[in-house]
Amino acid sequence: MATQDIIARSATTTPSSSVRHVDEVAKLIDVSKCIGCKACQVACSEWNELRDEVGHNHGTYESPADLSSESWTLMRFAEHEDEAGKLEWLIRKDGCMHCAEPGCLAACPSPGAIVQYANGIVDFNQDHCIGCGYCITGCPFDVPRISQKDNKAYKCTLCSDRVGVGQEPACVKTCPTGAIVFGTKDDMKEHAAERIVDLKSRGYENAGLYDPAGVGGTHVMYVLHHADSPTLYSGLPANPSISPMVQVWKGVAKPLGLLALGATALVGFLHYLRVGRNVVEEDEPVTVGEAETVVHKVDPSVHEFDPKAPR
Amino acid sequence: MTNHWTDIKNADLVLIMGGNAAEAHPCGFKWVTEAKAHNNAKLIVVDPRFTRSASVADLYAPIRTGTDIAFLGGLIYYLIENDKYQHEYVRNYTDVSFIVREGYDFEAGFFSGYDEAKRGYPDKSGWGYEIGEDGYAVVDPTLSHPRCVFNLLKKHYSRYTPDMVSSICGTPKAQMLQVWDTIAETSAPGKVMTIMYALGWTQHSTGSQMIRTGAMLQLLLGNMGMPGGGMNALRGHSNIQGLTDLGLLSNLLPGYLTLPSDAEQDYAAYIAKRASKPLRPGQLSYWQNYEKFHVSLMKAWYGKNVSAENNWGYDWLPKLDAPAPGYDVLKVFDMMYQGQVNGYFCQGFNPIASFPNKAKVGAALAKLKYLVIMDPLATETSEFWRNVDEFNAVDTASIQTEVFRLPTSCFAEEDGSLVNSGRWLQWHWKGAEPPGQARTDIAIMSGLYHRLRTMYAQDGGKFPDPILNLDWPYLQPDEPSPEEVAKEYSGKALTDLNDPATGALLVKGGEQLAGFAQLRADGSTASGCWLFCGSWTQQGNQMARRDNADPYGIGQTLGWAWSWPANRRILYNRASADVSGKPWEGLKKPLVFWNGKSWTGADVPDFKADSPPDAGMNPFIMNPEGVARFFAVDKMAEGPFPEHYEPFETPIGRNPLHPDDPRVTSNPAARVFKGDMELFGTAEEFPYAATTYRLTEHFHFWTKHCRLNAIVQPEQFVEISEVLAKQLGIGVGDRVKVSSNRGYIKAVAVVTKRLKPLTVDGKTVHQVGIPLHWGFSGLTRNGYLTNTLTPFVGDANTQTPEFKSFLVNVEKA
Repeated sequence: MATQDIIARSATTTPSSSVRHVDEVAKLIDVSKCIGCKACQVACSEWNELRDEVGHNHGTYESPADLSSESWTLMRFAEHEDEAGKLEWLIRKDGCMHCAEPGCLAACPSPGAIVQYANGIVDFNQDHCIGCGYCITGCPFDVPRISQKDNKAYKCTLCSDRVGVGQEPACVKTCPTGAIVFGTKDDMKEHAAERIVDLKSRGYENAGLYDPAGVGGTHVMYVLHHADSPTLYSGLPANPSISPMVQVWKGVAKPLGLLALGATALVGFLHYLRVGRNVVEEDEPVTVGEAETVVHKVDPSVHEFDPKAPR
Repeated sequence: MTNHWTDIKNADLVLIMGGNAAEAHPCGFKWVTEAKAHNNAKLIVVDPRFTRSASVADLYAPIRTGTDIAFLGGLIYYLIENDKYQHEYVRNYTDVSFIVREGYDFEAGFFSGYDEAKRGYPDKSGWGYEIGEDGYAVVDPTLSHPRCVFNLLKKHYSRYTPDMVSSICGTPKAQMLQVWDTIAETSAPGKVMTIMYALGWTQHSTGSQMIRTGAMLQLLLGNMGMPGGGMNALRGHSNIQGLTDLGLLSNLLPGYLTLPSDAEQDYAAYIAKRASKPLRPGQLSYWQNYEKFHVSLMKAWYGKNVSAENNWGYDWLPKLDAPAPGYDVLKVFDMMYQGQVNGYFCQGFNPIASFPNKAKVGAALAKLKYLVIMDPLATETSEFWRNVDEFNAVDTASIQTEVFRLPTSCFAEEDGSLVNSGRWLQWHWKGAEPPGQARTDIAIMSGLYHRLRTMYAQDGGKFPDPILNLDWPYLQPDEPSPEEVAKEYSGKALTDLNDPATGALLVKGGEQLAGFAQLRADGSTASGCWLFCGSWTQQGNQMARRDNADPYGIGQTLGWAWSWPANRRILYNRASADVSGKPWEGLKKPLVFWNGKSWTGADVPDFKADSPPDAGMNPFIMNPEGVARFFAVDKMAEGPFPEHYEPFETPIGRNPLHPDDPRVTSNPAARVFKGDMELFGTAEEFPYAATTYRLTEHFHFWTKHCRLNAIVQPEQFVEISEVLAKQLGIGVGDRVKVSSNRGYIKAVAVVTKRLKPLTVDGKTVHQVGIPLHWGFSGLTRNGYLTNTLTPFVGDANTQTPEFKSFLVNVEKA
């Protein structure tokens, strides 16, 4: 997509230059059709040339164990038993939601490192990324990850490069059951409405669309059988919103935009607030239970794992 | 599949049992989601585990591994007792009215004619119909004769009461009845259920009979030959259907023709036995044409060297000196283990990973003088001699087998056809050149042939004729092209073919044939596989067609690729219409029907196109009866009706149907080799019922060589229930040791709600799930070959190993 498609830019007070009218797009993930095959994970890695490390099994079907700068999407598996003892295996494709009011963009202090396009895609521009990690704080879905390779933030781009030339995202193209579909946001809402009728007819009274208002709606939406309790789906937030800390920063930063010194001081202050997180990111191994983590490790292209050697 | 992938979208109900389509066939599974989304279909999953398929099902019921015959047999009786079967279909299109001979009997777990010493039924004389003076089978359309198939069927399954079934299977009765009632709804003439199964039925010592029970259920419900119905085997490799079609089993010839046995030295008798005459008046009995197919095959192989004078080369065909299925892989590996095999060619096969009891297979390979591996990958079998710590704890120095590795191209590096589960032959084109020194299998096999031929020609040998007389007319003898081979399979006229009635020229000599109806037994046609005849006609390569037009809107794209037989997409499709030739009442969209002059519709009719309904020909034209069989006559090893027998390693130690006779605890007709019986474990030592299976993230032992697959499923694990984990003190992600009487593996524990302890025969039975993809080569973390654990015994008919039911112990590693 081109610069005239940008409607919002991080840490920028000048008006956006958007001149073209484009329809808002959305990716709709129908959780009720998803079989958790992970083809979307593989397609994402192939299209974006990502190669995470060959990790460990941590006692679940989830692999890798978490999102990372080399894994922009991940199937999360949750086992849920209702009061009647009926078991459900709720499988959710996790990744960037492309919020209409993106917390990452609001939090980002580096001009132009995060942009929002008129079609709704929120994209990171690593050229401008300073690796501060504020986008992680700003994100109500805990999605962006800092790469240990270049210390910049990465996440799903909604295949903005593919969408820009009229193609669907790689995960959509590969999904074998049609659980992931892509189109204009209006069309996706219509499709979701049909699916919800079907789910209700099968006894899922609370089936519904996940398009949370707290972030102005999203350009990645879910059809959920239990839209009344999104947290069942591996902790999908029930009412996501941008953290008040970020709101403060955004509200104060704008008037201070002309006062460079003041802004710098505030950045320093906020960096102090954030510094604990950064220390964890850079110096301490993140522990997942007792096992060694596969996230935030060395450059995956030179990973030290020797497949011939036993664990 | 009797039907095909796309057709699943026409189902009203999908039963996935003995398989896990979402896991192992995710791309085909799209048609299940399509049926649900746009045909308002329901999905039922019956499986020991709550699987990925179950995660999107409307109904799920647990079942103990290896007890599906009990579940389905009980359902058959339930449907009969509750009058929930398709009466008109069953009465007219099946053998229910046929009278069974007096000699047939079933008593205390045994059918008549059992020989304990031989572990089988050498005398099946009672397993047949009563034949009248007119030479036809005797029938009783009133179904009142006590020995008519219907009454014998009812009697046989009357023991399978809901309580008995629930006690055998461990399926809670309420859940079981809910599933049964939902299935029973498809007994309405226009309501259709499809059954999707895979190796979860095949890989048992009673696997073939499990599949038969499923087919019997579909007959009872009137779901065979229907759009959205049928018995659908989901094949596990992209071309395993093609392998079966081309007869790459030791007792088969291409197109399901069969090799003669040692006793069959007489050509005419060999043909007569297979060219079955109709058992009822007016029936087609299509196998009457057997000789046309056979002679055309021999002409394709031997060309001018065979003629009526030398019985079309009958003496050059091997005669099997082992009982059916002859030299199956279990038998060959047992012989190898006994030191009776010198050399082994292993083409696209990884037996040390894929066959049971790794210790035995490894020891067998170590007794070979030479082993040749033809494979695109460095398989475990090609490195069976390499010590990889506990994962392959062999003493390399003691192994003297000389191993040759011949790297081959893989499917994407060559042109050719693949036959999918739905019997479609789809041509594909090379996507890349093979790497390094890899060569196609055709080139390697041709090189081998030419060298053997030269040696036989120069040095003679015991029996050079079959090699020296082979016809090899290819443009490039060192590497025949896939196109030439495909044309040869399809077949051509060797001389001008004239219409016997009018004398009109039908096909010019040298031209490709239009279909197998043109094959002849006089040597004037050649076809390497009669079922594929018509796949490459004079109009060109039919397999390469890519027209997805669907004029009837029922998913029948007759212009897309080519389907055997005769481009027919749904087998037995005449049965989708009632006796008068009209589509069954209530059927949403017609498939084939009688239009007053001929059979027509969305599919190629599986019938004599001009035989009017009132002529009385029945839809199952491959059977001499003209109808489908509930009673399998003498076709199965262990009896005409499927009976539940326990897996050879049973967690309850007895067969609840025959609790007092240990001889019928497990399949009394299954072959067990010397030494293997002693290696079966008991529930006292190995208390948990285990089953092995695939995961979506990997394909067999191949994709662990791919980085991306290794990332999404990096390390070996086993699945155990929360209850068992708590009992054994095992936490999520702990390492556990799983052992059987043949060896052990160590893996990460996935502790899950998706496995639940079942109450079976009054006891609590825990099941353990063991995915199979890891080994000691590739990019995933090293793992143990799961077939270290599995028992060396197979299905009594096919000898497919019992990978799905065996006993293990689990402890914290």
